[in-house]
Amino acid sequence: MDTASAPPLAAPLDIAFDYTRSLGPVLGRFMTGLRDRRVLGARTADGRVHVPPLEYDPMTHTPVTELVSVSPTGTVTSWTWTDRPLDGQPLDRPFGWALIRLDGADTALLHAVDAGTRESMRTGMRVRVRWAAERSGDIRDIACFEPGPGPPRAPDDTTGGDPGSAPGTNSDPATSGDPVIGIVTPIRLSYTHTTSAEESRYLHALAEGRLLGQRCPACRKVYVPPRVCPADGLPTEEEVPVRDHGTVTTFCVVNVPFAGQRLEPPYVVAQVLLDGADIPIPHLILGQAGDVRMGMRVAAVWRDPTTWTTTPENIAHFRPTGEPDAPYESYQEHL
Amino acid sequence: MRRAAVLGTGQTQHQTRRTDVSMAGLCREAIDRALADAGVDWPQIDAVVLGKAPDLFEGVMMPELFLADALGAAGRPLLRVHTAGSVGGATGVVATSLVRAGVHQRVLAVAFEKQSESNAMWALSIQPPFTAPIGAGAGGYFAPHVRAYIRRSNAPEHVGAMVAVKDRRNGALNPYAHLRQPEITLESVRASPMLWDPIRYDETCPSSDGACAIVIGDQAAAEASERPVAWIRATAMRTEPTYFAGKDHVNPRAGAEAAQALWQAAGITDPLAEVDVAEIYVPFSWFEPMWLENLGFAEAGHGWKLTESGETQIGGRLPVNPSGGVLCSNPIGASGMLRFAEAARQVMGRAGEHQVAGAKTALGHAYGGGSQFFSMWVVGDTAGR
Repeated sequence: MDTASAPPLAAPLDIAFDYTRSLGPVLGRFMTGLRDRRVLGARTADGRVHVPPLEYDPMTHTPVTELVSVSPTGTVTSWTWTDRPLDGQPLDRPFGWALIRLDGADTALLHAVDAGTRESMRTGMRVRVRWAAERSGDIRDIACFEPGPGPPRAPDDTTGGDPGSAPGTNSDPATSGDPVIGIVTPIRLSYTHTTSAEESRYLHALAEGRLLGQRCPACRKVYVPPRVCPADGLPTEEEVPVRDHGTVTTFCVVNVPFAGQRLEPPYVVAQVLLDGADIPIPHLILGQAGDVRMGMRVAAVWRDPTTWTTTPENIAHFRPTGEPDAPYESYQEHL
Repeated sequence: MRRAAVLGTGQTQHQTRRTDVSMAGLCREAIDRALADAGVDWPQIDAVVLGKAPDLFEGVMMPELFLADALGAAGRPLLRVHTAGSVGGATGVVATSLVRAGVHQRVLAVAFEKQSESNAMWALSIQPPFTAPIGAGAGGYFAPHVRAYIRRSNAPEHVGAMVAVKDRRNGALNPYAHLRQPEITLESVRASPMLWDPIRYDETCPSSDGACAIVIGDQAAAEASERPVAWIRATAMRTEPTYFAGKDHVNPRAGAEAAQALWQAAGITDPLAEVDVAEIYVPFSWFEPMWLENLGFAEAGHGWKLTESGETQIGGRLPVNPSGGVLCSNPIGASGMLRFAEAARQVMGRAGEHQVAGAKTALGHAYGGGSQFFSMWVVGDTAGR
């Protein structure tokens, strides 16, 4: 393949982590209230009630200490409509995003209104909380809001009565428990990672079992993988083949397990200065791992050529060649 | 140029998990202490500058948005600073610049990290497509450079452990420190597990929740202060690429040039003789001798001799990290500001049990990324020239 005209490569990068949040005294009481089907607001020094609560008074900067119950019913103050809900949103069918001022509150809460159709939404409409059947002390304990004048019905309430949603009461002992002090917030990010033109040529060469460097036109240094020269800011253009043999300039023995690790420790990650390159690449050294040392000569161990793709993982690891060590002076500028 | 001074500092009790407070509450613990230390109330604060390490560390995009109320930013300018691990220092420098430029009279600088809500090792080991799966977090990144330093300087193997012993014992004098280990010994450090050879467990910073805040004022504000202030004699920041052919990871050019500019601006010609105490960003023990050289306290290859001879202990020629440093408390985003704040506390005579007697001139230092960002300041008990 003509690697000079290699197209960019793209692949998904999905990362996810379940972050935790300690809530502190104000948000902890708010979340505990939701679990117990109560909505609490924070009263600031000017007498206003904020829902969701603020932890600190924006005017006086003092910590908020007074939380008051507000009604689970309220009024839409403004809204928009979404026809195509995204994963993770409160409803999986078209719904209204609305600013809702609960009765007893002075500020509006952003939430979903299960109105069915856009035509059913209007500013000034009355809505009420629809509680989630399972509540854990999380903002999602409010499943959504629904149109309606009266107080909300409990999800398990088929009689239409009002078993515990009136402000300031809680007659649902099954949901009571210890105060909520933390929540889990799963975060997922999905990217499409696209390589640069320089890196693409390098990866296409790797798929053919070749290691490709490029020389900076200004400093004349050979970069592997090729990239816009970080020192001069110039694209590298001149292609320079480099050997799959090199010298260990320095290294680390990884003995520690950690989240997201792909290899089982212990293993050696070394900076390998390939013959003909001016910057080392990090890679694994296997074989006589305990004997790895600065200056050791190593060679790439390629995987089965039938498995090669556009990835540096075509090289499984590096192995010692048994050659005499390179003199320190030959690599001291590349540590 | 206009003068600026640290009017007061505050910090949290740093520990593995501060589950009793939210991020806002953590920041306010430091802020409230800084305001009290400065003798300043909210109406006197003109602007707020927030520093925070990369967002992936907590999974909160732009925490300055939801923290604005808690930081007292309503009705004031709020700036966010990003320079990876050096951000706490950079935040102090930005706040100083706002005062020295004459834009504001008093600026509140805040930095925090709530590491318990995340996993920094995970966040630092994300593997993008088309790369080999060999990342190993910050320790794996820096261990080869420590090995290169040892080889280049011929430093004896025990120097790293000596730094750990010194800093952990210093931390025992600091009531805010996360790790307080008065009983630690050279033998116990050397017996601790080798995590990222040549870095041992006891030579590694902890993972902490914590925050730090500093109130910086102009000359009039400083002169109006009823308590001693720390005059900011000079600041410096420099940056270089994480990787480039010929990069010196042991003695990075950006760090050396920042130090050179810093000493020149502060009128210091012999740092070792003229600086009384240094708070240097040392997340892994060997970075003490490495940065002593990078900062110009010692010739290249000789920094370890200051450590080995005990000159960096409290009572030595240049006490380094009397607070215990990053090796005792590491709320990443705040760690740099803690170095800046501890330097200020020393020259204000408010460092408590870890006070260096007679400290008149102090260095605060931070670095971040792959030895990419450097920020530092010199503070003194007088305004200087």
